[in-house]
Amino acid sequence: MALLTASRPHRGSRLGRTVSLSVAGVYFLVPLLCALAFTVGIGDARQTPSLGAYAAIFTTDGLAQSLGLSLVLAGATIVLVFGLLLPALLTVRLAAPRAKAVVAVVCMLPLVVPAVALGAGITTVLRWATDWLYDSPGFPLLAALQEPGFPVILVLAYTLMALPLAYTTLEAGLNAIDVKVLVEAARSCRASWFRTLFLVVLPNLREALLNTAFLTIALVIGEYAVSALLGFQPFAVWTVAISGSHAQLSVAVSLAGLIGTWLILLAVAKSGRSKAPKEKP
Amino acid sequence: MSSAAPGAVVNRAAGDGTLRREPQAPGRRASRPAAGWLGVVPLLGFAAVMLGLPVAAMAAGAFTASDDAGTTSVTAANFAATLDGPYLESLLGSVRLSALTAAVATVLSLPLAHAVVTSRIRGLREAVLSASGVIANLGGVPLAFAFVATLGNAGVLTGAFGLGEKGWSLYSFWGLSIVYLYFLVPLMVLTLTPALDGLRPQWREAALNNGATGLQYWRHVALPILWPTLLSGFVLLFGTAFSAYATAAAMVGSSIPLVTVKIASALTGDVLVGQAGIALALGMDMIIVAALVMGVQLLLQRRTSAWLS
Repeated sequence: MALLTASRPHRGSRLGRTVSLSVAGVYFLVPLLCALAFTVGIGDARQTPSLGAYAAIFTTDGLAQSLGLSLVLAGATIVLVFGLLLPALLTVRLAAPRAKAVVAVVCMLPLVVPAVALGAGITTVLRWATDWLYDSPGFPLLAALQEPGFPVILVLAYTLMALPLAYTTLEAGLNAIDVKVLVEAARSCRASWFRTLFLVVLPNLREALLNTAFLTIALVIGEYAVSALLGFQPFAVWTVAISGSHAQLSVAVSLAGLIGTWLILLAVAKSGRSKAPKEKP
Repeated sequence: MSSAAPGAVVNRAAGDGTLRREPQAPGRRASRPAAGWLGVVPLLGFAAVMLGLPVAAMAAGAFTASDDAGTTSVTAANFAATLDGPYLESLLGSVRLSALTAAVATVLSLPLAHAVVTSRIRGLREAVLSASGVIANLGGVPLAFAFVATLGNAGVLTGAFGLGEKGWSLYSFWGLSIVYLYFLVPLMVLTLTPALDGLRPQWREAALNNGATGLQYWRHVALPILWPTLLSGFVLLFGTAFSAYATAAAMVGSSIPLVTVKIASALTGDVLVGQAGIALALGMDMIIVAALVMGVQLLLQRRTSAWLS
C-alpha cells in the first residue's frame, strides 16, 4: 500500500478534516451528554443531582424481564440468521455460483418492506390463521408461535429484518478470504466436511461473524415497531411504556444499552485488528 | 484482489473433476449441480414464507372490505382512502421528510467519512465505525429520548438558550429532521467507508501531477467513482427514514403526520371496523414507494457501473 504517499499532509484537507470531525463530534456528543445530564438531574433547578435513576435500573420490576426477553430473542435470531445465511453463502461460493444473484436479491428484499408494514402483515396473517385453524391440530402451533414467554414469531420477524445487514457483513468477510482455496486445501488434507467448516472456514470469518452477531443484538434490542404492533414487550417497547412514569429511568436504561453495546462492538473491532497482522502472509 | 489469481488456477484444476461443467453427465454426478442448491433452499424458503405471506395477506386485506354482516367484498376503497385527506398528507409528509434527511445526510456524510478514513488519530476509525453500527441499528428509541432531553420542551439546550420563546419545537418537521440525521449520518458513514478505502492515493497523485486542482480531482475522479455508492447509500437512507417508526413513537406528542404512525394507530387503537383495511393499504403504499425508489436506483446503478468496470 502506498502509505508513504498517503501520509503526506494536504494542508487544505487537514483543515477540512478537523472541521468536519469537530462539527460531527459536537452534533453526536451533545445529545448524549444532555441525556446523561437529564438522568442524573443536572440542569434542572427542581432536582438535586443523584444517581438514583441508575440505581433504580437494578431494582425496577419488568426491566430484567424485558431485557431478558430481548436477549433470548437476540440469541435465537443470531442462530437462525447464521443457520440460514452461512449455508447459502458458502453454497454460492462452492457449488452454485449462479445462485449468487438470487441470494443477494432475497437478502436485500426486506429493505423494501418497512417494519411497520411487516408488523401489519404479520398481525393480519395471524388473525386469519386463528380463524382458519381454530379447533384444528394446527392451533397449538399457532399459539406456540405467539407464546409470550418466547414469541417465536418475533424471532422469525427479526431474522428477516436482520438479513440485509447480516448479508452485507458476511459477504464482506467472505470476500476477504478465498473460501474455495481454504476448503480444497482442507479437503485434500483429508479433513471431514465438519472439520473443514468448523476448524478452517468459520475461524477465518471470526470477525465478520462477531460483527454480524453484535449488530443483530443491537437490532433486536432496539427493535420497536414489530414487537409493539404484535403486542409483546421486549426491551425497547418497555422503555417507551415506562417513559411516562419513570422518565429518568427510561433514558438511563436506553443510554446504558447504547453505550454498553458500543463498547462490546469496539472490543470486537479491537480484537479483530490485533489479530489481523498475524494472519496476513 | 491479489488472491484472485491463484484462486482461479485452483478452481480450474479442481473444478473439472468435481463441481462444474457436467450438466448432462449421468448418475450421481448429474445430481451435483442440483444438490449444490440445497444450501440455498432454506434461505429462499424462509424468505418466501416470512416475507411472502405477510405481504400477500396485506395485499389481500387492503383490497377487501367486510361489512357488518361479515361478508367480504373486493374493493379499491381502502386505497382510494389512503390517497385522500390526512392519509395522503401523512404519506407525503413521510416521503418529504425521508427524501430531505436522506439527501442532507448523504451530503454531510461524505466529508465526515473521508475525515474518519484518512485521519491518523489512533483508534478513531474503530470508535466511529462501531458507534455508527450501534446508532444505526439500535437507534430509534434511545435517540428519541436523548433528543427530548436535549431539545425537547424541557430539554437542556432548550432551556439554556431560551429556544422555546424563539419558536423552536422538537415535535415539528425540522425537529424530527435533526433527530433523523442522527441515525442516518452514521448509516451513510458505514456505507461509504469501504468505498473510500477503495480510492487509491495514486489516483489523486496522478491527477495532481497532471495539474489538476484538489477540486478537479474530486469533481472528475473521486465523485464519479463514488457515485454508485452515494446513490445506493441515499436509497438505503431514504428507506430507513421512510420506515422509521420507533423514533416518532417514542417522542410522544409528535404532531408531524408520518405514515408509519398512522398505520400503527389505525392497527392498535381501538378502531372502527374498516380502519384495519386502510392501515394495510397504507402499508402497501409504503412498499410501493420503497420498491419504486429502489427500482430507480437499480436502473441508475446499472448505467453508471457499466462504464466503471
